[in-house]
Amino acid sequence: MRDAGNEMYDYAMAAVEGALAAGATYADARVVIRRHERLTAQNGELEGVDRMEDAGVGVRALIGSSWGFAATSTLTDTAAKAAGAEAAATAKASALVGGSDLALADVEVAQDIYETPHAEDPFTVPLAEKVAVVVDATATMHGVEGIAVATAQLMFWDTDKWFVSSQGHRIHQHLVEAGCGMDATAVGEAETQRRSYPQSFGHVETGGYEVIRRYDLPGHAGEVAEEAVQLLSADPCPSGEFDLILESSQLALQIHESVGHAIELDRILGWEAAFAGTSFLELDALGSLKYGSELMNITADATIPGALATFGYDDEGTPAQRVDIVKEGTWVGVLSGRDTAHLAGLPPGGMVRGDGFNRLPMVRMTNVGLTPGDSSMEEIVANTEHGIVMATNRSWSIDDKRLNFQFGCEIGWEVKDGERVRMVKNPTYTGITPQFWGSMDMLAGEDEWHPWGVPNCGKGQPMQVGHTGHPAAPARFRNVRIGVTG
Amino acid sequence: MATSPTALPTRPTTPDDLQVIADRIVAHVTDAGEGVEANVRVERTRHGLTRFANSFVHQHVGEDTVAVALTVAVEGRTSSASTTAIDDEALARLVHDTVEAARQQPVDPHWPGATPATPTAGTGTIDAATAEADPDARAAVVRDFVDAADDLRAAGFVDTELSQVAVASTAGQRAAGQTSRATLDGIHQTDTSAGAAHATSIRLADLDGASLGAQAADRARRSASFVDLEPGRYEVVLAPEAVATVLTFLSVYGFNAKAHLEGASFARLGEDQFDPAITIVDDPTDARRTGLPFDAEGTPKQRTVLVDAGRTTALAHDRRTAARSETTSTGHAIPGGAGIGAVPTDVTLQPGTTPLDELIAGVERGLFVTQFHYVRILDPKSSVATGLTRNGTFLVEDGEIVGAVGNLRFTQSFLDALAPGAVTGVGDDARYAHGEFGPGMVICPSLRLASWNFTGGAKG
Repeated sequence: MRDAGNEMYDYAMAAVEGALAAGATYADARVVIRRHERLTAQNGELEGVDRMEDAGVGVRALIGSSWGFAATSTLTDTAAKAAGAEAAATAKASALVGGSDLALADVEVAQDIYETPHAEDPFTVPLAEKVAVVVDATATMHGVEGIAVATAQLMFWDTDKWFVSSQGHRIHQHLVEAGCGMDATAVGEAETQRRSYPQSFGHVETGGYEVIRRYDLPGHAGEVAEEAVQLLSADPCPSGEFDLILESSQLALQIHESVGHAIELDRILGWEAAFAGTSFLELDALGSLKYGSELMNITADATIPGALATFGYDDEGTPAQRVDIVKEGTWVGVLSGRDTAHLAGLPPGGMVRGDGFNRLPMVRMTNVGLTPGDSSMEEIVANTEHGIVMATNRSWSIDDKRLNFQFGCEIGWEVKDGERVRMVKNPTYTGITPQFWGSMDMLAGEDEWHPWGVPNCGKGQPMQVGHTGHPAAPARFRNVRIGVTG
Repeated sequence: MATSPTALPTRPTTPDDLQVIADRIVAHVTDAGEGVEANVRVERTRHGLTRFANSFVHQHVGEDTVAVALTVAVEGRTSSASTTAIDDEALARLVHDTVEAARQQPVDPHWPGATPATPTAGTGTIDAATAEADPDARAAVVRDFVDAADDLRAAGFVDTELSQVAVASTAGQRAAGQTSRATLDGIHQTDTSAGAAHATSIRLADLDGASLGAQAADRARRSASFVDLEPGRYEVVLAPEAVATVLTFLSVYGFNAKAHLEGASFARLGEDQFDPAITIVDDPTDARRTGLPFDAEGTPKQRTVLVDAGRTTALAHDRRTAARSETTSTGHAIPGGAGIGAVPTDVTLQPGTTPLDELIAGVERGLFVTQFHYVRILDPKSSVATGLTRNGTFLVEDGEIVGAVGNLRFTQSFLDALAPGAVTGVGDDARYAHGEFGPGMVICPSLRLASWNFTGGAKG
């Protein structure tokens, strides 16, 4: 663990003092120093090595019904104090269009440090070694006849956060995240076909460079490229109502869109109505609404080792925790922060995070995922009379209440009488959230359960990019509408 | 010109301040040795956003940040970095680390060289009152929007932004400018429906909260009672927000020269891919525009006719794609966008002469769509995308709006929707419209289209 950074605590405290002096009833501040490195290659050539570092202090001030938030990239006592005063002035201005006073649910005041367990600091691994991974992987993919574009990427984050509040919090966290991804695109006469690994848009975990070694991009490059080429000549996915079998990374995104966002308490309360939308869930149905079949058990767990949304404390100083969201198909929990939890009369879930120093922390998914079942992909296929196995997300779209969704996947296989009989291209499926989850009748077990990480979850205004986790295992859904085309 | 070390501003507030920082970085690069090239971009953002929901302001934010982006090439080996630290020691370290990282790379075969010295036309357009707007000024616009319908629930945001940018390169390019932008994006909601209104301008004073609030409320009330329509193909009139989303996807996935080089774009230069009523121009010279006159690489933005009376005529290039295509950059590099490619960001669909109500009057049976939601591409080559309608979708029969319908899902090729013979009317109501990827990118009118493929409704 690096130095706890007394100087950084001082800047954060100056910001809080500035806000309190300007009239805030509560204030907290985060000094954040974040390093990000991204290596990309295309067709066997290095495309870019990009390094980003941002640092600054962001301060929240509560007055009446509104948060005021201000951020500055100037790290001095004077600038931090001025940001605190600006946050309070901004909150005060909200009174022109005010509502009922906002209050915060109680939490135990923590003074602590936390660091992501990691074996190998990705920022000290020689650049040439990292370059070789993406160059070799894309060269192999591009070497397969029919591949027009092969890309690969490595991505790393190293984030220090010093959090203080007017209630006495004092928390330093050092978070390390590492991820990778690659894809091969085959271009036909009037279409493109793509295969990705480990999932589309890359997969990220908390941890060090050991994550990259584990996924071994060059070792999977040939297979990925060959499947992309095969898709060009594959039959189109049939249309109709069949059984749908999802591999775990597509199911992870299904959870993200149709469960994770729907259970955000700020959405349920209408705080995101104009942009991302609201939720089909209403609080008075908490504890009774049937979200899915009895196989459906969802938790939001910020303590899973290695999962992307694992941390020590959220950006309000609330400890990471595991919260039941759906138990045996019944909706029982939400994602919340101190303000939304108080409004709803629920305990705060420790799920508020901000994107860097200059964004207001808001309710974000932690590791929202399925607890494993007791079946397996092999058993699911063997027990399916007619269905489509779909893998790796290609497109996703869902309505503003998180009910009506349509997903496209990179690849599918038709299953007849318990066997995969042919590869199919352009597979899509559509459904309505509770009916879809209600049709889940087989779920694979722990051996195939994987803590997928999504590094690109957009939410809020100004837009914030969040890192979320979604453990999942392959599952079967009955009588799903499959094969929607334009 | 280069300034003395003591003159580096600690809290830059003007484009000239940013130019001093950009020049200093170039000086550090020059000191790094012969054969080292660089492009530098320094940006200050002063942004305030007043967010409201349930008819009151609940999140109110402001930031004032400076960021530096540097791309270096050492004998054709490239590396990029960015930082928010702008003291001289940090800048020297940034240059040193980035140059050292570049030295360890293989040669970048597509490095086009640092941006050459080229004059830029103007320095951007700024409204001082918008650039300096305080939280009270934004809250006042919110109040007018909310008060326009005190029996409904309002949500949305009003924001103001000052963007100041300076660029410099080792090949002698220097440019600085600033722009202001203000946007209102809001909805009013009944228990069963919502209606939206949007406006973007260089000036906050142009945002009429009361008028926009009344428009959103009217659409919400007219949608409060709706029927679910059977999916299928319908003639449509798309309001500017829906058209803007279509144009955004065509721009990002189609007119992007990198996508074209990779074979993933639908664009076929010289072919009549669109209806003759369609002319699309990327026009940074439009006086309404909130963008800067130069791109992220410092290249002056060119007025680029992408589609001329239905014929695809040009692509958007940055310096990389231009070099690969043996042409010149059109000034469409976006910050951090080397991997994405060049994207038109000042897209204008030329308006027609038909008022919106006449477009609707021509429809025998179809839909008036005010906005799309959560649109995603299924295949860029065929431009097939899926998404939903939102915030007001209306059934039109015999030229009249006869009622509202529930939100519908579509799966549609945008290229086919605008193909020769498919565009049956172009509105005269061109304005800044807020598409899928936000405000400030597209100016367009309403469109009447012969067919749109709705593939699902609220029940799936």
